[in-house]
Amino acid sequence: MLPCASCHGVQGQGTNNDYFPRLAGKPAGYLYNQLVAFRIGRRHYPPMNYLLEFLPDAYLRAMADYFAAQRPPLPPAAITIVSKDMLALGQSLVVQGDPGRGIPACAGCHGPSFTGMEPAIPGLLGLKPSYISAQLGAWRYGTRSAAAPDCMQIVAGHLTETDVTAVAAWLSTLPAPANPAPVPRGTLAMPLACGSEPN
Amino acid sequence: MRCSPPFTVFKRACYLVLTLIVCSAERGLAQPAASNAAIIEQGEYLARAGDCIACHTAPGGKLFAGGRPMPTPFGTIYSSNITPSPDTGIGKWSADAFYATMHTGRLPDGGLLYPAMPFGAYTKVTRADSDAIFFYLRSVAPVEAANKPHDLRFPYNNRSLILGWRTLFFTEGEYKPDAMKSTEWNRGAYLVQGLGHCAMCHSAINALGGSSESKAFQGGLIPMQHWYAPSLTSNKEAGLGDWSLADISDYLRSGVSHRGAVYGPMAEVVYNSLQYMTDGDTLAMSVYLKSLAEGSPPDTPASTVPGAESSLLMSLGKTVYDAQCASCHGAQGRGMTPQYPPLAGNQSIQMESAVNPIRMVLNGGYPPGTAANPMPHGMPPFAQFLSDDQVAAVVTYIRLAWGNRGTAVSAGQANELRSALLD
Repeated sequence: MLPCASCHGVQGQGTNNDYFPRLAGKPAGYLYNQLVAFRIGRRHYPPMNYLLEFLPDAYLRAMADYFAAQRPPLPPAAITIVSKDMLALGQSLVVQGDPGRGIPACAGCHGPSFTGMEPAIPGLLGLKPSYISAQLGAWRYGTRSAAAPDCMQIVAGHLTETDVTAVAAWLSTLPAPANPAPVPRGTLAMPLACGSEPN
Repeated sequence: MRCSPPFTVFKRACYLVLTLIVCSAERGLAQPAASNAAIIEQGEYLARAGDCIACHTAPGGKLFAGGRPMPTPFGTIYSSNITPSPDTGIGKWSADAFYATMHTGRLPDGGLLYPAMPFGAYTKVTRADSDAIFFYLRSVAPVEAANKPHDLRFPYNNRSLILGWRTLFFTEGEYKPDAMKSTEWNRGAYLVQGLGHCAMCHSAINALGGSSESKAFQGGLIPMQHWYAPSLTSNKEAGLGDWSLADISDYLRSGVSHRGAVYGPMAEVVYNSLQYMTDGDTLAMSVYLKSLAEGSPPDTPASTVPGAESSLLMSLGKTVYDAQCASCHGAQGRGMTPQYPPLAGNQSIQMESAVNPIRMVLNGGYPPGTAANPMPHGMPPFAQFLSDDQVAAVVTYIRLAWGNRGTAVSAGQANELRSALLD
């Protein structure tokens, strides 16, 4: 795992770099899906595509299992620079969604404490706002995609740039929950069908 | 007998019946019965030896459905669909047509293949092996996927230019065994020169996209990939003259050895092709590859005497090395083989071209995951942590320390390769 550690930390806790995400504690199925997506080029980031190109499935599973089992402490909540109105918008979208615009609450799939759901829905904590913004942006523009039906592409398609900034900012201010583990499979009745999260 | 209209109809019907018989006879030839399962299995093995999958399967795409873009200095070429789809693949081909294409580089309609398809190597493949590959390809799932037109710049989009290329660089003919050599050597030569098409990368490519047979296996920069494919004839590069046959076989089959690990484009070759070769064929290739280098002259010390700048690079390089590299490669560069390759005495670090060691430091990398080494240890990328000066210093250090005989590397050379992954 040394090659992973230099950007993601030995326990997958993330590093100071805004764009190298925390991996620790995310469901193994999610991490495995991302590793495969990088290997076949569905997710595009040349340093990752290059590293994984000739590694077999079983090895990628072992990497995913390793980082899924790690529980390093979450970083302290960020002090955000966005306005109070912006934070309020972020909170409202994340917690309640905006049914009028077809936006479900993040909590509906990512869990009431945003720790994700087994086997393949990631937690949203411990990530830098710039990373979350970049991922939501990539989904909006179609440069990030997942197995069909690609629920995140649908959700991100309804978000404006302001929404994205607000959601990313508010999520980064959340304190660590008492239990950082993803909720068990099937705990949440998801508002959308997702190809990567089998029922 | 005069032809009455009814007779004409009868004749036509006869003709039709005859045609059907001929067609089904052809089909009978092209589709072996279940008893030919052994031929199909042999064909699968040989298709592995030829690494057909590397080009004819797009990443994440269906097996042999083609469509993989291959950037070349002349534009982008898309690999073709070689599944048995009748309309978009090779479903209507005969074994004769397949052999003719492999052997001559001409499609059944007379069209000329671009030399991205290594027909210069595949021409050496025997008819029996070509047939086995054909029958195997006929047995895979057909995929309806039309071939993408190539996107080549003028004048390279004119296929008749290939005629000139063929005159210069293509010699048709099956492999002719050398009676002076052992059966094993000849088997290795047949695989390396033929299906293995090793010369495609390990020979210098000139401005016309060709390489002359006299310079085969002498090494060269792989166009567009920014990796250097080392010479297999010089022990100063990847010549295997002083490697043991066991180390060569380990390297080819598992991706790691006591002498060095597979990285860069060679990782693809081991991952998709070489790891599947039998012990016998791996040993045969090792015997042949070792013999390629045995006549080459011994190493001579590099003539570049380190100046003031390389002294500075060496001292900074040692600092970087001790902090970042020594934990795996050892303070004396001995590595922990086979997982952490040795750097002291490692030919791939001392070659005249410093492209590969610079890229390994910048991009890191894993040897391929193989049946013999399913969880290879990888090297982290350092591009984001080390400055150009630090990269140049540490690469200079490993090229000159411990008796290594490379040359110093400049920060400019390191900087140039930072964008290599993005091209």
